[in-house]
Amino acid sequence: MKQKLLTAIAAVAMVASPALAELTIVDTSYRTGPYAANGIPFSDGYQDYFTLLNERDGGIGGEMINLIECETGYNTEKGVECYEATKGEGALVYQPLSTGITYQLIPKATADGIPLHTMGYGRTSAKAGEVFKWVFNYPANYWDGASLAITHLSEQNDGDLSGKKVALVYHNSAYGKEPIRTLEKLAEKHGYELMLLPVDHPGQEQKSQWLQVRQQRPDYVIMWGWGVMNQVAIQEAVNIRFPMENFIGIWWSGSENDVKSAGAGADGYKALTFHNLGSDYPIYDDIQTHVVDTGNAAGAGDQIGSVLYNRGMYAAMLAAEAIKTAQEMHGTAAINAAQMRDGMENLEMTEEKMAALGLPNFGPEFKVSCENHGGNGFGAVSQWNAEAGEFDLITEYYQSDQEIIQPLVEEDSAAFAEENGIEPGC
Amino acid sequence: MPDQLIFGMEVFLNGLMAGVLYALVALGFVLIYKASGIFNYAQGVMALFAALTLVGIMEGQVPFSHLINAIFGTEIHHFGWHVPALAAILLTMVVMVALAWAVNTFIFKHLVNQEPIILFMATIGLAYFLEGFGDMMWGSDIKTMDVGLPQGINEVIDETTAGWFGYGFFIDNLDIVATVIAAALVFTLIVFAQYTKQGRAMRAVADDHQAALSVGISLNFIWVMVWSLAGFVALVAGIMWGTKSGVQFSLSLIALKALPVLMLGGFTSIPGAIVGGLLIGVGEKLFEFAIGAPYLGGATEIWFAYVLALIFLVFRPQGLFGEKIIERV
Repeated sequence: MKQKLLTAIAAVAMVASPALAELTIVDTSYRTGPYAANGIPFSDGYQDYFTLLNERDGGIGGEMINLIECETGYNTEKGVECYEATKGEGALVYQPLSTGITYQLIPKATADGIPLHTMGYGRTSAKAGEVFKWVFNYPANYWDGASLAITHLSEQNDGDLSGKKVALVYHNSAYGKEPIRTLEKLAEKHGYELMLLPVDHPGQEQKSQWLQVRQQRPDYVIMWGWGVMNQVAIQEAVNIRFPMENFIGIWWSGSENDVKSAGAGADGYKALTFHNLGSDYPIYDDIQTHVVDTGNAAGAGDQIGSVLYNRGMYAAMLAAEAIKTAQEMHGTAAINAAQMRDGMENLEMTEEKMAALGLPNFGPEFKVSCENHGGNGFGAVSQWNAEAGEFDLITEYYQSDQEIIQPLVEEDSAAFAEENGIEPGC
Repeated sequence: MPDQLIFGMEVFLNGLMAGVLYALVALGFVLIYKASGIFNYAQGVMALFAALTLVGIMEGQVPFSHLINAIFGTEIHHFGWHVPALAAILLTMVVMVALAWAVNTFIFKHLVNQEPIILFMATIGLAYFLEGFGDMMWGSDIKTMDVGLPQGINEVIDETTAGWFGYGFFIDNLDIVATVIAAALVFTLIVFAQYTKQGRAMRAVADDHQAALSVGISLNFIWVMVWSLAGFVALVAGIMWGTKSGVQFSLSLIALKALPVLMLGGFTSIPGAIVGGLLIGVGEKLFEFAIGAPYLGGATEIWFAYVLALIFLVFRPQGLFGEKIIERV
């Protein structure tokens, strides 16, 4: 009787405990604070994808995913606390969704041997895998974004931007300043004049910047904002009647949140993206069946198909594919963080793979290697359709100017290696 | 006329308009400080809460719907109706009065005669509570504030100035509306404070709590009234700023724009808030235009506003219109 009771208790404990889950993923989300409106859809997409894998496939390679959510409030100190509090749980990878948190975690994660994936944000030169062994920023980085914007503008001018004036309206922080050097280099190459317009945090008041735009009449405005800065900038651009088709934002300035409050005036606003948009993909049927209908959707379940939901889902998909790669490489389903790093370093995303996942043409094809942790720098341009209430892709995926970007990556990563006594190598 | 001079005039006018928006936030601080000596750290969050409530009521959003759905497994989000803006503003004011009553009853009634720093700390707690409460009640998504206020360039000013200078000035219609509303608000508040029984009672409480109590003025009533007035001012500020940027949680940070205004205009003067706002608005915009952008790389407005306020503080600690405090020892 006693043995039966113990067996029953053990069985209940095994069912109830998440300890069975071998693949631990930490979602450092921000569902509160000034940036919650952006953090929520990303986190919902991130979590829903892993929930789908658990519910539909029984995890990855037969191992269930143990998803831990930790609220950072987009606050760097809280983000570091989340990392410290959860790394002991066997976390395979961190995707902090914050450049500030990323910068703090680079030395910590490197020392702890846990990979970071900073998709389209963080330290750009982390692309150099010989120096940043534990940091990955595929499929594209900030400098790719700057170059992609200029390439798009150049194509609109038959390849000739000479004599044009391009303004950069940017968040006056490390994040916002990231593209400046690249844009300056590109200005030397293309012959345009660069005009810099910093906006102090949080960006509620931008009258000065947009009066300068009105007075100095740049041909194009590129925006590098986040949160309220985006909404105010787009509203101010509408107010001064700046042509929306000449206004292009980085991918962090291109979600529905950024344009809706400006109403019909925002129609035509452009933003870069490194993944596809909308919900017209087979995977959404599975998410509906296995996640939403079963009551397992993250958050309120009302973000599905939005730009940032798709981005969160894409980030989770890339993590899951890296896990599969690691499992194949090491012949074990229960991989650890070091093996996850190997999986990330050998990740190859092909159209065939994405189609099989129910995400045909969802993102660019790319291959990660020891030398290249950043992918191939492909991206596309989307445009806001105010009437339909959606961003639509208006270009194919195209590559950033690697001739300009690669030397900058090498220079910056070499300086980092020297400062930190790192011997680069693969 | 040289281009730079014309541009400078446009910047000057826009600085005045921006200053009015700063003053709208500062007014709420002044009202509470004047009547109770409390520096209300929660004023920015009150503007956010008021704006969230207004949009929530207008859109027929079910308060606490996420919480209700999570507990009961329901899927309710909206009542399915749309409330007209004016009715929603009135209903929001009812909520703000209820909030004022709750703040007084549950917090400040128990802190009478405490040190100012204790009262200040209580408002910090109130700010964080209210932010979380607003989040739970209305959600974190960005909401569009549409109470019918006009936005965009004012055509008349654009065309008139284009005729005069060959360059049309940009003045936002929303800023013009804000200026008219701020002027009306200040006029009403001054008339209320000077010529009504409750206004005189408020001033008596502001001068001396004990003396006001001894002549039969109810401190509780006055404080609820003052917090309600501050709630109304917060609602007006929330509507204006929310129309510009959408209603979202960073709206609470507009309080940062009010602090230099208060330092300059004084914590106890309603006209001081307006004059302070105008000086800060014009000062920071002109500095950015003439020095900040061309020589210092731009984004000088926030620090310049504080530097300007500090300079005033050094020479006139009570601010331009503040009352000079003389304590006999």
